[in-house]
Amino acid sequence: MSTETQTPTTLRGLTREQADHFLHQMVLIRRFEEKSGEMYTKGKIRGFLHLYTGQEACAVGAVNVLEERDKVITHYRDHGHALARGLDPNRIMAELYGRVDGVSGGRGGSMHLYDVEKGFLGGYAIVTAHLPLAVGLGLASNLQNEDFVTLCIFGDGSVGEGEFHEALNLAALWDTPVIFFCENNLYGMGVPFQQSLSTEISTLAEAYGITTENVDGMDVVDVYHAAKRAVEHCRAGSGPYFIEALTYRYRGHSMADPELYRLKEEVDEHRKRDAIQRLRSEMVEAGWLDDAGYQAVVDRVEREVDEAVAFADASPEPALESLFDNILAEDARG
Amino acid sequence: MAEVNVLEAIRETLDEALSEDDRVFIIGEDVEAGGVFRATDGLAKRHPGRVKDSPLAESSIIGISIGAAHYGMRPIAEIQFADFIHAGFDQLCSEASRWSYRTKGEQYLPMVVRTPWGGGVHGGQHHSQSIEAYYTHMPGIKVVAPSFPADYRSLLKASIADPNPVLFLEHKRTYRLVKQDVANAPAETSIGRARITRRGADLTMFAYGLMLHECLAASEELAGEGIECTVVDLLSLQPLDVETVLEAARMTGKVLVVHEDTLTGGFGGEIAALIAEHAFEYLDAPIRRLAAPDIPAMPYHHAMEAFFMPDKQKIAAAARDLAAY
Repeated sequence: MSTETQTPTTLRGLTREQADHFLHQMVLIRRFEEKSGEMYTKGKIRGFLHLYTGQEACAVGAVNVLEERDKVITHYRDHGHALARGLDPNRIMAELYGRVDGVSGGRGGSMHLYDVEKGFLGGYAIVTAHLPLAVGLGLASNLQNEDFVTLCIFGDGSVGEGEFHEALNLAALWDTPVIFFCENNLYGMGVPFQQSLSTEISTLAEAYGITTENVDGMDVVDVYHAAKRAVEHCRAGSGPYFIEALTYRYRGHSMADPELYRLKEEVDEHRKRDAIQRLRSEMVEAGWLDDAGYQAVVDRVEREVDEAVAFADASPEPALESLFDNILAEDARG
Repeated sequence: MAEVNVLEAIRETLDEALSEDDRVFIIGEDVEAGGVFRATDGLAKRHPGRVKDSPLAESSIIGISIGAAHYGMRPIAEIQFADFIHAGFDQLCSEASRWSYRTKGEQYLPMVVRTPWGGGVHGGQHHSQSIEAYYTHMPGIKVVAPSFPADYRSLLKASIADPNPVLFLEHKRTYRLVKQDVANAPAETSIGRARITRRGADLTMFAYGLMLHECLAASEELAGEGIECTVVDLLSLQPLDVETVLEAARMTGKVLVVHEDTLTGGFGGEIAALIAEHAFEYLDAPIRRLAAPDIPAMPYHHAMEAFFMPDKQKIAAAARDLAAY
């Protein structure tokens, strides 16, 4: 038997090209976040920094299902979603630095990335406030007879907010093409989500009549297939879709979190589910990847992240006079 | 052209906007049936699918409008009573007001939130309040508060065309108070300009909404006593026509600011502060504010409500004191 016939053409439904892409993006997000943490401790990044480490499979699996015309709107832990959507890592790092070349020119920072050209409508740091916006995008899709889909990402901390319930009800009521994607990382800051909720998250979504599924949020292939079903459902005009992805963040809620609410052993236990290592070993098993191949991905990412840091370091500080620009849009613009 | 009242002027303007631009739609509670005050009466039938009833969810009504505007729609949200808008305060102040700013002007947010405000209808604590001061404090949203049918029409048109979020305040007592031939009456077409409605040499009154009508009525009475008043219709509170405010203050040197909202932290304080900072040398008397007393809510009982609200008599009395200073 030749080597060629032993190599499968798909890995649980992923093409080799997709698997390569997913692996690269997850490693990029992981390294970008680690580097951001380093730059924070060096004082290059200030304020509040929430790292996405551990949750990479959610962003990569879900965002990659979308077409160019689709929209993404998300919460404040948004670097991973932005990178998965193809925002320039250089400009994201520059934004974390607060520099002119950042996506928001230093006005937004870590929690407020956006790139409307890429259909990335931003990170929102008022938890759950963006859920009604997603329904509004879905309503616009319906009113204009378009078929774009909005991926709305939020955490388990959102489900206690009134707007979560309003948005689910309205999305279901009006059959809006919105994918509600809940990244359940088990904690709202330091509070286990079970202490904040009288039932299961997916039970709530089902109660509003929304097609709902639970996935392993640390398995990028599972997430991808769930998101694919969701997009097909929304695109067909069948209304919203709800995905609860069980995931885990390896770092604290923010850089300031002493993590008194969980043991190191618990974190280690979840690291055994690591999405990158799982995809890596499956690709090795499939004969698509060897150690040298993986190292090549790591080296490429290292260069990309170093370049982002160099770009951010070189970008000028914003001029204070620019503070007064764009408070109001000036013209009607048709 | 026939004369119309404020409600008719609003309804006609909404109807036109829906006809002219398929990106315009209306969302709110009971709007399909015409709404509590009948402002959207008949529009759902004339524009199928574009006048949309929402469940009672004010925060989402505003949030959905933001999201739709992000896709280039021109939403007009109706909040049934201004008292109910605070559930959507976060959407207006934390999200809508900042979109242009956070995107460095690359993006803009064309949306209007219409809402009936103000008292004098025995609505009590949850159907009578003045809300303007909470929102004028927020850079990034415009706040408009007309008094006459022609201005309601022209400024609502301007609000719908505006690339920024506009809070369009409709004083519910003005809805059927006066009629105007809107085609020929004077009307302000730009948001951010005030109008000197009456000119007199003795003192200057500043007001908006129902209080503008009360000021005009008081001025009429005072003219009979030989006290001549200038009356400024502010029309737009944010942005404010600072130039006209200062000009009108300098013209007489005596200033009476009137509003229906409670005194402390009310919008009148901003007018007074601007004049004190920039026209102090022209003043012949301390700036006087006439506002509702600092109690938590408009009371229901008719006599208590009348006590709470400034009116023609109270304005005239304050003006006489000021003229005599």
